[in-house]
Amino acid sequence: MEQAAHGRSLFSDALRRLRSNKAALASIGVLGFIVVAAVVGPWLSPHNYFTQDYGAIWIAPTLADAHWLGTDGLGRDLFVRALEGGRISLMIGFVATLVSLIIGVAYGATAGYAGGRVDGVMMRIVDILYAMPFLFFVILLMVFFGRNILLIFVAIGAINWLDMARIVRGQTLALKQQPFIEAARMSGAPAVSIIARHIVPNLLGVVAVYITLTIPQVILFESFLSFLGLGVAEPATSWGALIKDGADEMGRAPWLLIVPAVFLAATLFCFNFIGDGLRDALDPKDR
Amino acid sequence: MLSYALRRLLGAIPTLLILLTLAFVMMRAAPGGPFDADRELPPQVRANLEAKYHLDEPLYQQYGRYIWDVAHFDFGPSFQYRDTSVNDLIAQGFPVSLKLGAASLAFALIFGIPLGMLAALRQNKPADYGAMTVAMLGISIPNFVLAPLMILLFAVYNDWLPAGGLGSWQNYVMPVLALGTAMMAYVARLARGSTIEVMRSNYVRTARAKGLSAARVVWVHALPAALTPIVSFLGPAAAGIITGSVVIETIFGIPGLGQFFVQGALNRDYTLVMGVVLFYGILIVLFNLAVDLLYGWLDPRVSY
Repeated sequence: MEQAAHGRSLFSDALRRLRSNKAALASIGVLGFIVVAAVVGPWLSPHNYFTQDYGAIWIAPTLADAHWLGTDGLGRDLFVRALEGGRISLMIGFVATLVSLIIGVAYGATAGYAGGRVDGVMMRIVDILYAMPFLFFVILLMVFFGRNILLIFVAIGAINWLDMARIVRGQTLALKQQPFIEAARMSGAPAVSIIARHIVPNLLGVVAVYITLTIPQVILFESFLSFLGLGVAEPATSWGALIKDGADEMGRAPWLLIVPAVFLAATLFCFNFIGDGLRDALDPKDR
Repeated sequence: MLSYALRRLLGAIPTLLILLTLAFVMMRAAPGGPFDADRELPPQVRANLEAKYHLDEPLYQQYGRYIWDVAHFDFGPSFQYRDTSVNDLIAQGFPVSLKLGAASLAFALIFGIPLGMLAALRQNKPADYGAMTVAMLGISIPNFVLAPLMILLFAVYNDWLPAGGLGSWQNYVMPVLALGTAMMAYVARLARGSTIEVMRSNYVRTARAKGLSAARVVWVHALPAALTPIVSFLGPAAAGIITGSVVIETIFGIPGLGQFFVQGALNRDYTLVMGVVLFYGILIVLFNLAVDLLYGWLDPRVSY
């Protein structure tokens, strides 16, 4: 609604507000650093994430022999493993969010645009799915069908689209009343192209906020599964799996717990701050 | 209001039925069965076992039998814990989980609401930024990270608190903190947002204009309205506690429902897993209903 009235200036306003939000800016910086480190970091170390070295087990963080963050009970280098785990955690975060984004936006925009009985039925289905304790289904899926990374993407994405669908539907209902949509309809544009060309682009602001808040949820969820021993399978790893290993050995080698915990918490912290900053920037009534 | 409550309860039945069906289908579609031991059972023993638990019947018959039993609040015998019914296990585990969950929720509300209101009343001042940074940290540190870190600090390095088990109140300190901190942080953020909004509303301005003390305006006039979003957050919060308790109970070795669920899933204890899932489903439905009724009581503009 406001988007349409203010036209382009809303985004420049939002950008200005975001720039003055130091917490959000710092978060973008830290997050960028973590992402770059996860991508290129493993190449900087002479070690890899799966080779076991029984001559170098339980080494505390040291500069010697390039075990910068120490090694685990199998002599695997923690620096590389933490970044490798970061690759997996971040990838799951992005891909599963993308899955939920596609389903949620398509579903919500269709329900909101169709309105009436179609909308009623579609949202009733969402309500029913909402009441399901999905986490338990995901746990069952993992236990019964094996720890498959593809399955994790699909399962997490399939759960997370519900919120997205609700938010998008609400926005679409409001957008639908706008004159430019009516004009498109009058000129004979089919519903599909109205949704794709006129509704969805106008949802981008809300969706952007929501994406930054969904990614940390997904990462958290994957870590939770990995912590229960149901996530990615050895020797591949993720932050949740590393935290689990670290928690098992924390008396002897606390760095195995602390390093992945700091990575995970810092990433979630940054995403949450960026999401908050974006929301405040696009809808500044509370600040 | 009574008819509203009844309608809601009836409306929950199809939801629970779908839940039950999904759980049933998944359990049966999964490879492996409850009697797959390391050592292969003699065929006769296996057949007898399967006959005893009706696993030899056609699937639709098993399904019908199960629905019928559940409708009579009989969740069947556990496969793993021989001679124990799922009802017994739930009756055994639920009080433990309930105590933990209720304590965590109380912790979240008792600390979260004042923290959020304090931040709102000092909006954009250091106290506000401090409180909100603490809240953001609370949200960003997952309970399964917080719990081992606390054990490391309070049980391994310093011998202040027991690392697991149940006995005295000290056993509850770390699990409650681990389970309640994230929720406390959410509550604080919600309380801040709603208090800021309420303090700008006309009726609060009126209350101030007629000369009431600041304390009276905040506690008597603003508080009930500021609480409404927190009340509606209690539904998701309860679900979050249930989920969180799965991992917290595993970490601290607390014999509650969450641990039964994980063990049941790993051991393919069909009836136990389905019983726990269904029990959680019923719990969430009832809790959401209670929240909605409470909401109507707090906000007179809501009608059923």
